[in-house]
Amino acid sequence: MVNKMRIFKVLLTITLLLGLSSNLAAKELKVGFVYVSPVGDAGWSYAHDMGRQAVEALDGVTTSYVEAVPEGPDAERVIQNMARKDYDVVFATSFGYMDPMLKVAKQFPDTVFMHCSGFKTAKNMGNYFGRMYQARFLSGMVAGAMTESDIIGYAAAFPIPEVIRGINAFTLGAQSVNEDATVRVVWTKTWYDPATEKEAAKSLLDVGADVIAQHQDSPGPQEAAQEKGVYSIGYNSDMSTFAPKAHLTAPVWNWGPYYQSVIKEVQEGTWKSESVWPGIETGIVGLAPFGDMVPQEIRDMVAAKKAELVAGTTDVFTGPIKDQQGKVRIAEGVQADDKTLLGMTWFVEGIVGTTK
Amino acid sequence: MLHLKISKRQDPLGWRSCFVIFGAVALALFFSALLLALRGTPPHEGIFVLFKGAFGSRWAIEDCLIKAIPIFLCSLGVAIAFRLQIWNIGAEGQFCMGALGATWMALSFPDQPAWVVLPAMVIMAVIAGGLWGFIPALLRQKMQTNEIIVSLMMNYIAILILDYLVYGIWKDPTSFGFPMSPTFSDAAIVGKIGSTSVNWGLLHCAVLAVAVWAFFRFTTIGYELKASGSNVKAARYAGLPYNKQVFLVMILSGALAGWAGFIEASATVNRLQPSIMVGYGYTAIVVAWLASLNPFYIGIASILLAGLRVGVENLQLDLQVPAAFGGIMEGFILLTVLAGGFFIYYRFSFTAKQ
Repeated sequence: MVNKMRIFKVLLTITLLLGLSSNLAAKELKVGFVYVSPVGDAGWSYAHDMGRQAVEALDGVTTSYVEAVPEGPDAERVIQNMARKDYDVVFATSFGYMDPMLKVAKQFPDTVFMHCSGFKTAKNMGNYFGRMYQARFLSGMVAGAMTESDIIGYAAAFPIPEVIRGINAFTLGAQSVNEDATVRVVWTKTWYDPATEKEAAKSLLDVGADVIAQHQDSPGPQEAAQEKGVYSIGYNSDMSTFAPKAHLTAPVWNWGPYYQSVIKEVQEGTWKSESVWPGIETGIVGLAPFGDMVPQEIRDMVAAKKAELVAGTTDVFTGPIKDQQGKVRIAEGVQADDKTLLGMTWFVEGIVGTTK
Repeated sequence: MLHLKISKRQDPLGWRSCFVIFGAVALALFFSALLLALRGTPPHEGIFVLFKGAFGSRWAIEDCLIKAIPIFLCSLGVAIAFRLQIWNIGAEGQFCMGALGATWMALSFPDQPAWVVLPAMVIMAVIAGGLWGFIPALLRQKMQTNEIIVSLMMNYIAILILDYLVYGIWKDPTSFGFPMSPTFSDAAIVGKIGSTSVNWGLLHCAVLAVAVWAFFRFTTIGYELKASGSNVKAARYAGLPYNKQVFLVMILSGALAGWAGFIEASATVNRLQPSIMVGYGYTAIVVAWLASLNPFYIGIASILLAGLRVGVENLQLDLQVPAAFGGIMEGFILLTVLAGGFFIYYRFSFTAKQ
């Protein structure tokens, strides 16, 4: 009897082990990424693709991507095809992919969908973004400290809350170290158009800007600044190779660790749909290495501020903050909540330009 | 020694010209395969994956048809103008205006049933698109402007109007400030055919194509347009109303592109947003030329080009081929087919040189 029991136990253990190992082998995850622009752009999609490569490096994961996918019906088809081809996780990395992804998520309940920069979720669709405005604030400090004409140019993409929030944070950063700093904004209405974006930067240089910041994906504005012999602040990734003499620093994305954590959750079965907006404390946003021209005292000042942001002892959008008309939008001592930040459509005082 | 002689054919090749086109496409595929081989992708596998992604499954065919609908309607439109040698490069803007007209109606009558709102959307889309075709025609006939430049420039105006509206009065209050109109009511959305994902726009295409064909085949005005198209000077001499014809073809051309804008806004996007503009108006010009302006061939060329665009995504996903490859391939096909057109009208012969 005892013997039989023992054999049974052994058999059970073996079965369990076999089951477990085959289970592990079956957990080979297929992960798809959808990008809005070509990955070679040094910008937004490039930064996401660095994240994808970090995921690819994990055990038991294969990845692929489709680039230059227009927002709208084309995106729906691409996401749908990934789901049909048994991709387990799909990351869609542009705002306009939100509604298409939501439609597909309803059709494929077993696939995990992750949408970047939106606000809608479903049972199997989460969304994520990073608090880039914190890094923008720090880059604004650098620009405010380095400008001599007190005019900083900002080549902006589209007048949507994400971009406006970034410009506001940047301006507040510049003003925190230089009360006289003004930020001049030009809209290109492009995400990636090197020629237009370079021209926009030139028009800002013509009105006396001696630091150029940008929100688009192309290094066009960086090149314009270098040609004029003034400074620039990049975006998305370290753009210093395009303008080594101009590039002060850049607020950059670092998606790798976040993407890896999502994939690990899916592998372990602990993933659940949520909206996350991690900040600088997680390292998802940060600053690119400083150019040689940035003096040590500015580096120290920025590092100190960064430490405060990481520790959570200070925040970018804490009142009083006035808009361009001088009206107080965020009252004294109040810290703006996420809803205010996500729907921000007004400029802070000190910006020259309109939100249209 | 052999001497190459080029002479004009007495009669164009007729039905045999399809061999020329097949040959041209095969050559384009060969160049594309070569390109794949150069970047280290197995070419046969690449072409296979491309075709499988475009036509290899029910979904693929459905996706391809959905994408072919707006391309087909825009192309049908520009072909009408091209036949009269009026170069309407403005299908993109006319498409945009059509989408605006349809959206205007959809947002104005959110509570009306489908049989009220859908016809209203079609009518307004056709009027708006037609108007956008009428303006370059007017400037051309009254002020001798070049319709290529004017219709092209009007594309940008139309897109700026779209931006103005979706960033302004039509912005969805629940969109967190993002530029898009509210979603249309269910009544204002063109539905899908049965259990497929293809919308009823496909039927619109078929009906409109037959209508355009019948118009040229059976009506006096259509016949006169054909006559003017083959020889403008002779037609004028014969007393055909050339001025009126220019207006007519530009309005028809714009109206068809506007109809495409209506279907795209209503059936596939379900709202108005800037990303509705993905260049169908320009693709339409390529398609019209590939199909030598024939409505039936335009149908085939639209589906093939739509298939290419859909298939290239498959190529990216499975073999990590860059997105730009699709554009290069499209360029190859256009180049070889247009160059192949030479063989339809000319013949080569080798004669012994003395």
